[in-house]
Amino acid sequence: METVTLTIKNQPSLYLEADNISPDAFAGKSAENIAALHAYEGNTQTTLGDHFEISGKGGATATETRIIVNGDVSKVKYIGMKMTGGEIVVNGNPDMYVGAWMQGGKITVKGNVDAFAGTGMKGGEIVIDGDAGNYLGAAYRGDWRGMQGGKITVKGNAGSDIGTFMNGGEIVIGGDVDVHVATHAEGGKIVVKGNAKSRVGGQMVEGEIIVFGDIEVMMPGFIYRKDVDLEVDGISARFALYEGDIGERHRKRKGEVIYGKLYQKY
Amino acid sequence: MAEYIIKNGFVFDPVLGINGDKTDVAIKDGKFVETTQLANPKTIDATGMTVMAGAVDIHAHVAGPKVNTGRNFRPEDKLFNCTPRRGVERMQGGFSVPTTFKTGYDYARMGYTTVMEAAMPPLYARHTHEEIRDTPIIDQAAFPVFGNNWFVLEYLKNNEIENTASYIAWLLRATKGYAVKVVNPGGTEAWGWGLNCENIHDPVPFFDITPAQIVKGLIEANEYLGLPHSMHVHANNLGNPGNYTTTLDTFKLSEGIKPRGGWGRDQVMHHTHVQFHSYGGDNWGNFESKSPEIMDYVNSHDNITIDIGQVTLDETTTMTADGPFEHHLTELNHLKWANTDVELETGSGVVPYVYSPTIKVCAIQWAIGLELGLLAKDPMRVFITTDHPNAGPFIRYPRVIKWLMSQQSREEMLNGFKHSEKVIDATHLMGIDRELSLYEIAQMTRAGTAKALGLGHMYGSLKPGLEADVAVYDFNPEQEHAPDDIEKAFGNARHLFKTGMQIINEGEIVSNGNKRTLWVNARVNENPQVMRDVKEKFLRYYTVTQNNYEVAGHHYVPNPYVIEVDATQ
Repeated sequence: METVTLTIKNQPSLYLEADNISPDAFAGKSAENIAALHAYEGNTQTTLGDHFEISGKGGATATETRIIVNGDVSKVKYIGMKMTGGEIVVNGNPDMYVGAWMQGGKITVKGNVDAFAGTGMKGGEIVIDGDAGNYLGAAYRGDWRGMQGGKITVKGNAGSDIGTFMNGGEIVIGGDVDVHVATHAEGGKIVVKGNAKSRVGGQMVEGEIIVFGDIEVMMPGFIYRKDVDLEVDGISARFALYEGDIGERHRKRKGEVIYGKLYQKY
Repeated sequence: MAEYIIKNGFVFDPVLGINGDKTDVAIKDGKFVETTQLANPKTIDATGMTVMAGAVDIHAHVAGPKVNTGRNFRPEDKLFNCTPRRGVERMQGGFSVPTTFKTGYDYARMGYTTVMEAAMPPLYARHTHEEIRDTPIIDQAAFPVFGNNWFVLEYLKNNEIENTASYIAWLLRATKGYAVKVVNPGGTEAWGWGLNCENIHDPVPFFDITPAQIVKGLIEANEYLGLPHSMHVHANNLGNPGNYTTTLDTFKLSEGIKPRGGWGRDQVMHHTHVQFHSYGGDNWGNFESKSPEIMDYVNSHDNITIDIGQVTLDETTTMTADGPFEHHLTELNHLKWANTDVELETGSGVVPYVYSPTIKVCAIQWAIGLELGLLAKDPMRVFITTDHPNAGPFIRYPRVIKWLMSQQSREEMLNGFKHSEKVIDATHLMGIDRELSLYEIAQMTRAGTAKALGLGHMYGSLKPGLEADVAVYDFNPEQEHAPDDIEKAFGNARHLFKTGMQIINEGEIVSNGNKRTLWVNARVNENPQVMRDVKEKFLRYYTVTQNNYEVAGHHYVPNPYVIEVDATQ
């Protein structure tokens, strides 16, 4: 495993679109070659070298490449976009689209992320030590293909609209979430260890939501079915099982209608 | 204006009967001329290349409110495919619903120079023309829809052909329209009641008229006026198993009617995207191709032309004035749906659709389109389209040409499908060894379409006197080639001229051209009744006044090309 270290030296005056910060783009490249990779600032094409001090080199493949990003990256977007393997560690608070459309590998953020982290994610793992913004693991604007695989773990809180159009994979939030959880979901699993506000599971077709804390306003489209004992993330407890969204279409399996499942811990 | 001579290319021009001969093509003052008329031309070396007249698309949805709804509600269609401004090219984006700029450039790159917008809701004609205006290079025209229009339904219920014709003439002028388009006759109006017209004798609620009466009446009104193009129909019952009988019934409505107007066309009905109308079976399980039955009729009746509406197996955006069909589609695929009722005139729906090669029905649809093209006895009457973007985006035309020209490429597809055996069983494509020639491709994309549109005096050939629209493709018909070479060549014109102006040079777009909007000004005798009806309908029903309805002035149609029709006699 080779390591490339990027340390921001020149802040962009607009936002920097740096989807080239990924093990796939860095694999097989020297620091000099990596510095020449392009980025966009508004409609101007720049290079990673214009903004970052770069040391180390990429491994032979993405899987053998580790990237460490240091400094104030709050104006840097698309870190780890579409990555298929390897590892990225961000020591800071990156802007939007961290790990969007990610397929494999691991991203660790030792801070907060802005919106759209893990958009359309297919595989791999994202771990966020701080808070996540809105639209975590959601679909791109307009798309009906949200998070499809992989795992996102947020140790802090998350914003609104997490897991919109989720089809698979898992999102675990250590703290609280804002409104709209798993809207339109057709699969996947969201665990909220703290409290949720409202519109949890709206227009949900299939999938699971597990809330440990309070739900401020329950959706009228969810119906209480029964109590169940579950083990979630190593914690065994009794949960109330609600099914919904009854206003949505649902397929049948062996004559039984499959609903979205919402579990709330007692 | 500059003079050009395109030297040494293999020329394919069905109008002049040139089949791959090495001939020089001369351009002067925007027109083709005899080579002897050139004084000091710039030479374009087309050695080893294919030369054809600029292609003419008879049916695509490239401008107007439903296209823009597609753009608006599908931001994901532009994900990862936007290109920044470059040279003369503006910023471009989108795949199945591209921006207006990309539409113009992509057509030019394929050697297309004229494109018909196939369904313009008259109430939104202004929007349609604004988009046409913003589409560079290509000449365009738009077909207003008539098949669910209250005026038409009321006049034709009483078989008032002359009043229908007067109204058509008025509406073509008001909307700067080109031809009479009919979409799901009566069915879209029925959709306002939550119903549909599933065959040609299924009466329209309230109006008490049948689709058969609407279609036949509009053909007669079209020929009463003697318009350049024939009535252009998308029949009832689109997309349903077993619908081929409705299609044949619709075809038969053209029987016994002769074309008028002296525009050179032989047909009185153009039936569009026939692939969607050639289905057998009675459910999706026993769904099968009925292309032989359809083509038997087309081949033996020369007052009909069709386009194929080839499914390209892409993720695309369906959009049609066939409102009930789009509702049916969203119930099928559960993707987002937009629906509009256009007051007294029509309706519309938009739904994204993924034609997946792993789905049996999609693969069968793909085969049916190609069968229609390959079973055509007269390629001057059967045209290549994808009903863009309904069966696939127009940028796949080069791929459709490849499939039609190469049995190998078709069979690779057929054998590669997930449900290969079932698809082969339900279709006829596997047994067809015909490979279309470049001459036949030129008929299906240029000579035939120009003729059917009544534009043979402008487009579709390299004949001296015609508009100098010509494409040079990097394709040597005398050399060995792989099927993919066909697709590559037809997607990347080496040179393109539009009205004598060089648009593409050595594969690079070098000009935004001087696009024109064609419309038909049909002069009819004064008809006070129709004018009174128009006035009354605006006062009573329309949400806009007549003054805010008509497409007038430089803003909407800055560069018009008016085709005059005299129907006063």
